[in-house]
Amino acid sequence: MELPTLWFGIVALLFVGYFVLDGFDFGVGMSLPFLGRDDTDRRVLINTIGPVWDLNETWVIVAAASLFAAFPEWYATLFSGFYLLLLLILLALIGRGVSFEYRHQRPQSQWKRWFDGMIVVGSAVPALLWGVVFANIVQGVSLDSGHNYTGTLADLLNPYALVGGLTTLLLFFTHGVVFVSLKTEGALRHRARRLAARSGTITIAVAAVFLLWTGLAFGTLPFWILAAVAALALGAGWLANARGAEGIAFTMLAVAVAAAVLALFASLFPEVMPASNDPANGLTIENASSSDYTLTVMTWLAVFALPLVLASQGWTYWVFRRRVTRASVESAAH
Amino acid sequence: MNDLLDPLLLARWQFGLTTIYHFLFVPLTIGLATTTAVFQTAWHRTGKAEYLRITRFFGGIFLINFAMGVVTGIVQEFQFGMNWSEYSRFVGDVFGAPLAMEGLLAFFFEATFIGLWIFGWDKLPRRIHLATIWATAIGSICSAYFIIAANSFMQNPVGYEIDAEKGRAELVDVWALLTNPVALAAFPHTIAASFMVTAGLVISAAAWHLSRRQHVETMRPALTFGLWVMVVAGALTTVFGDQLSLAMVATQPMKMAAAEATYETVCGADASFSLFTLGTPDGSAELFSIRVPYLLSFLSTHTFDGCVEGINDLQAEYQDVFGPGDYTPIIWITYWAFRWMIGLGLAHVAVAAIGLWLTRKGRMPEKAWMWRIAVCSFPLSLAAMIVGWIFTEMGRQPWIVFSLLPTESAVSPNVTGLDVLISLVAFTLVYGTLAVVEVRLVLRAIRNGPPEVGEPDPESGRVEPATTVY
Ligand code: HDD
Ligand code: HEM
Ligand code: HEM
Repeated sequence: MELPTLWFGIVALLFVGYFVLDGFDFGVGMSLPFLGRDDTDRRVLINTIGPVWDLNETWVIVAAASLFAAFPEWYATLFSGFYLLLLLILLALIGRGVSFEYRHQRPQSQWKRWFDGMIVVGSAVPALLWGVVFANIVQGVSLDSGHNYTGTLADLLNPYALVGGLTTLLLFFTHGVVFVSLKTEGALRHRARRLAARSGTITIAVAAVFLLWTGLAFGTLPFWILAAVAALALGAGWLANARGAEGIAFTMLAVAVAAAVLALFASLFPEVMPASNDPANGLTIENASSSDYTLTVMTWLAVFALPLVLASQGWTYWVFRRRVTRASVESAAH
Repeated sequence: MNDLLDPLLLARWQFGLTTIYHFLFVPLTIGLATTTAVFQTAWHRTGKAEYLRITRFFGGIFLINFAMGVVTGIVQEFQFGMNWSEYSRFVGDVFGAPLAMEGLLAFFFEATFIGLWIFGWDKLPRRIHLATIWATAIGSICSAYFIIAANSFMQNPVGYEIDAEKGRAELVDVWALLTNPVALAAFPHTIAASFMVTAGLVISAAAWHLSRRQHVETMRPALTFGLWVMVVAGALTTVFGDQLSLAMVATQPMKMAAAEATYETVCGADASFSLFTLGTPDGSAELFSIRVPYLLSFLSTHTFDGCVEGINDLQAEYQDVFGPGDYTPIIWITYWAFRWMIGLGLAHVAVAAIGLWLTRKGRMPEKAWMWRIAVCSFPLSLAAMIVGWIFTEMGRQPWIVFSLLPTESAVSPNVTGLDVLISLVAFTLVYGTLAVVEVRLVLRAIRNGPPEVGEPDPESGRVEPATTVY
């Protein structure tokens, strides 16, 4: 396989990792006002992702760094072009990350309310905007011959992209709520299951619109296959949740997120950032990628590091596999 | 108005502001992870409650600090593409690789192990739990290596070739990139300096309690530890700083000339190092100064009869090579930043050495002013670190990649001044607010002192920690 193609795949996988993992963190964060009836509930919710949110977020750092190293042109065009969207994502991630760590530092309820609010907003904004970003990449934006984005922020907030954003928002929300039902006990667990059934229904409707729209406008055969997998997994996840099979529901939603992200990448290939005004200005895996030497170095790096990364992260999930209970949270100080 | 919305100027301000901010937290992450690991190891070996309490005390501050390091780091990474897209296009082939290595080889492990450490007190076997904090410490030091290798490419480009057709630098030798002589000196210098900053925090916190004669059983060992680390790390910082000076003179002679504000080439005794200078406001002429003869020659060449090229000669040389233009950084900044870095650093080593003498064999100074000096350790050592970086980065100007790419050609052409202004204001407000919250939390954690850790087990005499959760 050609190295740029390989790295297109690796970048896609890194984003899949990010959206599958940090996606449910966003969902848990957004669920605070729906599921957290009292402070103990909210602490239970936050503690379900406590040990893992940071490493889940690290996937986007590695994805962006790999984009920089493997496709510098893509990285430069995307990050300078989608400037204000990314700024909002950054500010949201700052607010969210700090809130997880600082919320429990003081007992006052006003202090906690502040940080709870930041967790909700800091989770919802990236969940929405990452969808907007990727929908715009798939759709193509106007680029000049130097590959610089020439549109405005308003152009990025077009109907198709907003549906894309809504899709990721709902998908992550439902995934997070299912995760809560998998990781908690008692009343919270049941509330989560009921909420997932309701939000799942809306998610299915919106995701169907988005996938059909994408398919009709930009679809390729691999896209349709992956989109079908995503749709089936989403439906299966909904059913499993309704039957109380939490593990299966969670897995199915993870598959749905992964397949949907891969479907978007598949519809792009071999372009990486199509130009909507003039196809000649667009970026492809050929004209955006690094030299073969750099890609070879990076390939060795990935071959060496990724198995270790996956093993250590898998171990973390194993160590923290037990459910978080109100009793366990109450017994700890704070 | 046009000046206010100059994207280049704003982007430079934003990069400076956000990187300095990121680096307020990084040295503590590097140093406190190790400090925590050392005391946890001591607890693991002896089972003594004091060591566990010190572990928890500094571990708590470490966590407050770590969160900020992480969230501000992401901003750094996105910024290359957002504000400096031409730079990213030009160097991405070379510069992206160490950043990706940092993510894959360091950040992933750091983030994984820190989660295991925070939440794993009651879930992991004790030895493995201890290993997780060591892994975090090692991860943070590795991440510093890769980022400094990337930065060193900007100071001294190596291992690349220019592809004229694509108009970019391409990596041809990754080993050369990772063993850049500048990186080999800058990395140990920065790590040693990070330990000085951490020692500063330990000394400040311990001195604050000890001057009130409280928590003596925990803060006394902490103070001794801090003072020793300061002296040893200070010595290492100096040794590697000296190496770094040599590497710098070899690669960026203009920076050394600017560090000393020498306009004419000077040799031997004339190559003196000024400890203090009063000059005309624009720095172009000197009114009064205190000088150490030969020292500049020694710093630059390790001989007493070496020559140091002056700014005027270098400026003329660069014009010959690179064409007309101003190749001088802002002299007053480099001059004073260099002095404050070295001055504050050496002062710390001296204070710590005196502190070791004053506290020998369990003695405790009585005088309040002595303790007050010790409490200043942390802010001043952090300041030394920051001005060191300001010197390095400002001294590189007007180049973003020395001799290859001028800073003014590196900025994103399609990002407007208004965009950058919005982000600059947003970051300033958010970072400013967070700074207040963070400082208050750290001060509160210090004031609260080491937490209680429960009763020792009657059989083994060990204490067991409670779980921590959010
Ligand atoms: C506590 C902090 C601290 C202390 C006491 C010192 N330094 Fe330093 N210095 C740094 C913290 C620092 C730094 C912030 O970490 C820098 C910025 C870039 C780097 O690699 O380290 C730095 C950069 C830096 C550079 C610039 C390298 C370049 O631009 O290529 C030189 C030449 C020195 N140092 C030399 C010294 C010498 C000779 C010192 C003592 C006698 C010294 N430093 C003490
Ligand atoms: C952590 C310590 C660092 C500090 C405090 C620091 C500080 C600064 C400052 C003050 C500037 C503005 C200089 C000017 O515009 O005149 C700057 C610019 C810059 N620095 Fe750093 N820097 C640090 C580390 C790094 C590292 C590790 C890298 C790269 C890996 C880097 C890359 C840059 C870039 C790309 C710019 C913008 C272009 C320029 O102005 O030259 N910096 N930095
Ligand atoms: C300007 C260039 C820089 C970039 C792009 C950058 C990037 C990042 C990122 C993305 C993170 C978050 C990692 C995580 O989630 O775990 C981070 C944290 C960190 N950075 Fe930087 N950084 C820069 C400057 C520096 C410098 C100069 C150093 C060291 C000398 C450094 C050392 C660290 C360390 C040790 C951490 C991990 C601990 C912590 O999060 O506080 N960084 N950085």
